[in-house]
Amino acid sequence: MADISKEQVKHVANLARLALTDEEVDTFTKHLGDIINYAELLNELDTDNVEPTTHVLDLKNVLRKDEPKEWIKKEDALKNAPDQKDGQFRVPSILE
Amino acid sequence: MSLFDYTLKELQEKLHNKEITVSDLVQASYDRINEVDGEVQAFLTLNEEKAKQQAKELDEKLGSDASILYGMPLGLKDNIVTKGLRTTCASQMLDNLNDPLYDATVVQKLNAENTVTIGKLNMDEFAMGSSTENSSYQNTRNPWNTDYVPGGSSGGAAASVAANEVFFSLGSDTGGSIRQPAAFCGVVGLKPTYGLVSRFGLVAFASSLDQIGPITKTVEDNAHLLQAIVGHDPMDSTSANVEVPDYSAAFKEGVKGLRIAVPKEYLAEGIDPEVKEAVLTALKQYEALGATWDEVSLPHSKYAVAAYYLLASSEASANLARFDGVRYGKRTEKKVDMIDMFKESRAEGFGDEVKRRIMLGTFALSSGYYDAYYKKSQKVRTLIKNDFEKIFNEYDVVIGPTTPNTSI
Repeated sequence: MADISKEQVKHVANLARLALTDEEVDTFTKHLGDIINYAELLNELDTDNVEPTTHVLDLKNVLRKDEPKEWIKKEDALKNAPDQKDGQFRVPSILE
Repeated sequence: MSLFDYTLKELQEKLHNKEITVSDLVQASYDRINEVDGEVQAFLTLNEEKAKQQAKELDEKLGSDASILYGMPLGLKDNIVTKGLRTTCASQMLDNLNDPLYDATVVQKLNAENTVTIGKLNMDEFAMGSSTENSSYQNTRNPWNTDYVPGGSSGGAAASVAANEVFFSLGSDTGGSIRQPAAFCGVVGLKPTYGLVSRFGLVAFASSLDQIGPITKTVEDNAHLLQAIVGHDPMDSTSANVEVPDYSAAFKEGVKGLRIAVPKEYLAEGIDPEVKEAVLTALKQYEALGATWDEVSLPHSKYAVAAYYLLASSEASANLARFDGVRYGKRTEKKVDMIDMFKESRAEGFGDEVKRRIMLGTFALSSGYYDAYYKKSQKVRTLIKNDFEKIFNEYDVVIGPTTPNTSI
């Protein structure tokens, strides 16, 4: 049985780029533990010689010609942006 | 008799006989929405002004070669992107996405058939849930009894059709999100075969499972709507390049000689006796019409939910990484550095269920756990797939209850 620690939850929240409150850390520690314990059900099955299925279609390497074509204009791409400046998306400063 | 009691074919005849106009149909939709949507709460956004203008234009140019969907008012689940029409996925993350840049391929296809988009429909946030109670806006109610849920995640799409607010709708189905609400609301919902319908412009939840599909009053109408949205699309690399059959042609054939498989696992413990009785009654009916049926086994059925939950959450955690507060969607007002801007924006934008699945998925994909959870689930999925392939060697269809219970 896999138990999940609060530290693991905080680590995963960082990977997922989610700010969690202390209360949420407690809740998710319990919920994730419950779900993972339920998923242990899968270990009843021997899958050593089974290939994973990515999806049901037998598709490989779908490629298209590398040709330039018309797509969204810059001003359109920017019109739903939370912040923009000089025709670009603006984010908080990343350098001191 | 209300206009909503007619099939698409009958409505089309009425249009051509000048008994009704497209404007009548569109007006009937908005009248009904005004009458009942305060209670049903299926719609998040209405497209009234544009829809009525479009109806007028369609009335003027109605020709004898019009398609069966010409002028038909429809609703779209709010995870299907519509150019210039607000698309939120029922999430605060996209609350301000009032002017999306393009139409999903299915919307382009329906526009080409001259359907009229009435509005966007409520859902569980980012399609995560099965009651539509995870919407960040409102709880849609089951039109048959508003004390009950409509199911989900396409709860608004199913409820709007059942409540006669639109003539049909499109939902999306990852792990039952069209089929279950359609069953709860007593309408016809189809999850098409993976790859049949382009997902370009469907906000991604779990990419190995997501499909867009039609919700209608009748099976016949469902086939007409499916016909309009299927087909290969270069904009979706998982779109299948296969020949599309004429679905309506199948109606002439009936079910004589059809070999039906009924998995015993689907009628086992936990099923409501009334639901079981309804399935058995249907099977007797098919038998009377010339089909045969046998009980079969899908032995890996009991592992499906665990495998599904891990696969869907893992893929969701990757797909929802795009919501970062940079190009569109929610950005925190807090003055923080860039990494914390991502974290706070996502914390403010996503609801509890979405956070839970992102957390689970990120965990299942993280270093040291990938093989044990994600890959293991993919392997179990192979075993489940093999079960079905074995059955389909001997049978034409598998029949079972859509849900073990009716709505709650």
